[in-house]
Amino acid sequence: MNLIQEVLDWFGDADNWSGRRGVWHQLREHVRMSGVATLAACALALPPAVWLGHKRRFGSVAVNVSNVGRAIPSFAILVIGNEQFGLLEYPVIGSFTTFLALVALAVPPLVTNAYVAVAEVPDDLRDAARGMGMSEGEILRRVELPVAAPLLMAGVRTAAVQVVATATIAAFVGADGLGRFIIDGRAVNDQAEIFAGALLVALLSLLTEGGLALVQSAVTPRGLREADVPTGAEAAALAVAPVPTPDGRGSP
Amino acid sequence: MLASNVDRWLWWDWIGRNTDLIWSSLREHVILTVAAVGIGLVIALPLGVAANRWRVLYAPIIGVTGVLFTIPSLAAFAFLLPYTGLTRTTALIPLVSYTLLILVRNIVAGLDAVPAEIKDAADGMGFSRARRLVRIELPLALPTIIAGIRIATVTIVGLAAVAGLLAIPSLGNLIYVGQNRPIRTAVTVGIALSIALAVTADLLLLGVQRLLTPWSRVRRERGS
Repeated sequence: MNLIQEVLDWFGDADNWSGRRGVWHQLREHVRMSGVATLAACALALPPAVWLGHKRRFGSVAVNVSNVGRAIPSFAILVIGNEQFGLLEYPVIGSFTTFLALVALAVPPLVTNAYVAVAEVPDDLRDAARGMGMSEGEILRRVELPVAAPLLMAGVRTAAVQVVATATIAAFVGADGLGRFIIDGRAVNDQAEIFAGALLVALLSLLTEGGLALVQSAVTPRGLREADVPTGAEAAALAVAPVPTPDGRGSP
Repeated sequence: MLASNVDRWLWWDWIGRNTDLIWSSLREHVILTVAAVGIGLVIALPLGVAANRWRVLYAPIIGVTGVLFTIPSLAAFAFLLPYTGLTRTTALIPLVSYTLLILVRNIVAGLDAVPAEIKDAADGMGFSRARRLVRIELPLALPTIIAGIRIATVTIVGLAAVAGLLAIPSLGNLIYVGQNRPIRTAVTVGIALSIALAVTADLLLLGVQRLLTPWSRVRRERGS
């Protein structure tokens, strides 16, 4: 029997969909832990990053945070967290290890994009707003944030896609989620289950990316629609590239 | 006593006895990274040059490479397992595909930023299109291109570790082995070496950038 037929049979088997180990349960778990972690990371990272962007201070710190984050293998935090906290669980957030690891991964792209988005708002706009008599708070709320929204949302999108991808790896330290099918399938060498799991994970990631791309274009002010807004999975890469840091590197 | 040793985050004895495993994991990780970024560059360069020259190509190229970038690494490796098994190829195909988005975007951004007057001057001096690209545009785009290579390299060092979860040789395999046996020291060594590798590669590429673009340093020293 060839692999494609086996994978189709796997999806056709009702037992694979229902129950504690079924697709529906794992999908719900995957979405729940990714969603909770992304929201928590936004609440944690966005306010200070936006404020620093408004003040235009500590830019190199904001940019370098993202680089250090990139250097740490995504599952290193999972493994270390697992050793430290084991099976510790809380309501809403679920496994503390997974939550911590996913939040830690989401923070760097959020910080970098939010900072760059606000700091790169053209001076002319701020001066005009100031000339119109706006207070600092009004400038932030009514000028900087709307103009920064697309790039800021690109950061949220990058973070969410990374979190969904890494939530897959969380199965490696015992968490539920769609990664279970890949890890468990690997353990018993069931090619069909591995392939089906990979397919589900890839679909969920593409849906996340596509859905947040729609949100991103929805929050883009009408006047900026024509502008060349960076798209793609890692807008942070582009956002980071043109920012000069004090040591003169063109990028992080 | 044995139990306490496997629980230690740093058990020098184990490191001493397993230098061969550590070395081969590190070597494999370096090979994967260099090969992925190298092959990625060979593919991304013509794509980037084409997207810079024919604007209509930009959106589809970024779209396709963006979709590739979105597929989680664990899933991508898993897709290939039935076909290419536990080989370097299984790790390389997804890793190369992850470099493309970053590299193409930076190559296009770098080429776009070359001032029109400079291109006009080159045309006026009788440069052919190809010669202008190689002698003028690419060197001027180099800082942005190398910035892309640096981001791609550091990203790939992290992602190559994930391949280890499926028992493909890399530093991730040390972490995998350490988690399963369990020997905490193997986890520590795997993580520490991959972070060290990422930082070293980043600094090396920064050095390459400084060497290849001496003019940007001169400009800075003049204080402009």
